Amino acid sequence: MKIIVCIKQVPDTSEVRINPETNTLIRDGVPSIINPYDMHAVEAALWIKDTLGADLTVLTMGPPQAETALRETIAMGADNAVLLTDRAFAGSDTWATAHTLAAAVKFIGADIIICGKQAIDGDTAQVGPAIAEFLDIPHISYVSMIVSVSTDSITVRRLMDEGYDVVEATPPILLTVVKELNQPRMASLKGKIRAKKIEIRKLTHNDLSLDDKDLGLKGSPTQVKNIFAPEQKKDRIVIAGSAQDQADELISILRAIKCI
Amino acid sequence: MDYFLNEDQQMIRDTARQIAQEKIVPVRAELDEKELFPTEIIKVLAQSDMFGLFIPEEYGGLGKGAFELCLAVEELSRACLGVSTSYAANALGTYPILLFGTEEQKKKYLPDIASGKKLVAFGLTEANAGSDAAGIQTTATKSGTEYILNGTKQWITNGGEADIYTIIAMTDKSRGARGASALIVDKGTPGFSFGKKEKKMGIRASTTCELVFDDGHVPKDNILGRDGMGFIVAMKTLDQSRTGVGAQGVGVAQGAFEEAVNFARTRIQFDKPIISFQAIQHMLADMAIQIEAARALVYSAARYVDSGAKDFTKVSAMAKTFATDVGMKVTTDALQVMGGSGYMRDYPLEKMMRDAKILQIYEGTNQIQRNVICQHLIKEFSRNR
Repeated sequence: MKIIVCIKQVPDTSEVRINPETNTLIRDGVPSIINPYDMHAVEAALWIKDTLGADLTVLTMGPPQAETALRETIAMGADNAVLLTDRAFAGSDTWATAHTLAAAVKFIGADIIICGKQAIDGDTAQVGPAIAEFLDIPHISYVSMIVSVSTDSITVRRLMDEGYDVVEATPPILLTVVKELNQPRMASLKGKIRAKKIEIRKLTHNDLSLDDKDLGLKGSPTQVKNIFAPEQKKDRIVIAGSAQDQADELISILRAIKCI
Repeated sequence: MDYFLNEDQQMIRDTARQIAQEKIVPVRAELDEKELFPTEIIKVLAQSDMFGLFIPEEYGGLGKGAFELCLAVEELSRACLGVSTSYAANALGTYPILLFGTEEQKKKYLPDIASGKKLVAFGLTEANAGSDAAGIQTTATKSGTEYILNGTKQWITNGGEADIYTIIAMTDKSRGARGASALIVDKGTPGFSFGKKEKKMGIRASTTCELVFDDGHVPKDNILGRDGMGFIVAMKTLDQSRTGVGAQGVGVAQGAFEEAVNFARTRIQFDKPIISFQAIQHMLADMAIQIEAARALVYSAARYVDSGAKDFTKVSAMAKTFATDVGMKVTTDALQVMGGSGYMRDYPLEKMMRDAKILQIYEGTNQIQRNVICQHLIKEFSRNR
């Protein structure tokens, strides 16, 4: 079995600063970490590797310094790491990112692809499912538990607003995972020693035979006009009491504001 | 102070520190109070390869030495001596195999020890054989292809939890110390069971238990070295591991010291933080001096052990004695700095002080260490005459 985990190196701060002129993230001077949700994806892959035996490749797209993040996952127990790094990839939105990652996944080959549900800097939760769409394979998002896994089947719990679904799928499959799934392991000493020495494979758009027009800023249909925090919804009223009381109260409120 | 650690040594120290901070500190009070063996922490230590530190690479370890083991033990001890005792006792039980095992014995046992799959305990102490280790009464009688073990070992760290036991027993009582032999005994061996679990003053996250042999059947091939070498196996093992006990002293002292400094900076009396009072300042300064001196001695001794030197008995005894006396002194003084707060279980100081006491007692009391040191002095000085 071959597993690929897609990770992203993100700024280590809950207060992401935005450049007001370009509306993009300011990364200078902010220490980088592996996106926390992706750590759960790595742990899930390592768990499958421990259970079934698998070859685990960790993949990221980013600047050369993203190599540090890949080495961390090698220290945790990943077998290989691939860095997609190319000037042509700069400025990718979720469409261009997913397009590029999907090409790399195809290039490397995988039965199971695992991503964190979203990155803490962009918060879109689009890249994982979009990779699956580009690869034309199914995906299960918000995985909170792997119920069982074998070489030809995987059963998971998908976290929903209320409760969860149990979904069974046949690889190839892409999963996006939530933090409830597991507790990421610590890097081992042998892993750290290996991580220091291992050569990280680097791929550019030439290796993936990708067309320039689909890459980076050029290939990104999204244009960020403005970034702002959504307005807080105020004046929430919670109606309590019996069903009859609640209905009466609701009707009188709606009447008062002339909705009915 | 910079001890010029190389990259691997820094990595080992940092890994142990991270485990201590993230996995041990949050649960140490509960482990102490409920006298629980730290099974989950042992798992994390195993997964992090910490059990393989001093085991050669060909047996699945990292091939490091006493010094690296000291770095790890110091960091774990800074958080909890109970946990670090469980960890260090594993090394104590492993050294007889590492130092005296045959190739087959090493191949059979060391990989599982290095991976943390199997825990080890060392069984020397008995009711009438403490400081006087030659007073061992447990017997191992040859019978065909086996040794038949009879007797009781007491106060055995990791007893019950360990899968592998290195046991010192008399194969020939008439020869005294030269009639002792060392044997590897697996858990589950017929006639081998566990007796009383001790209730201790401190290091309660480590388990201390009786080993009971009632016609225990141990294969002849499980002997370490030769018949009659048991006392040498025990003494060499203890010489080897003593720097680690010293590192426990440094670690617990450092942990207590940090608590005391942080407390003194924030505790206000007479409108000032108490760290501004000279009485407190001098106590803290003395603690810092003692800790650094102990650390320097322990590190030097461990590096000397790793250098391939043969005559490290004296220096490892010195490191053990000095650093564990410092451990007791500093935890006591750190608690004093914190006053009533230090005495309360809300802070880790009272536990640290209770824990520290054992360091002056186990693996050879500090009085016995001084005997050993002076025996060497007498030899050295008579040689120089």
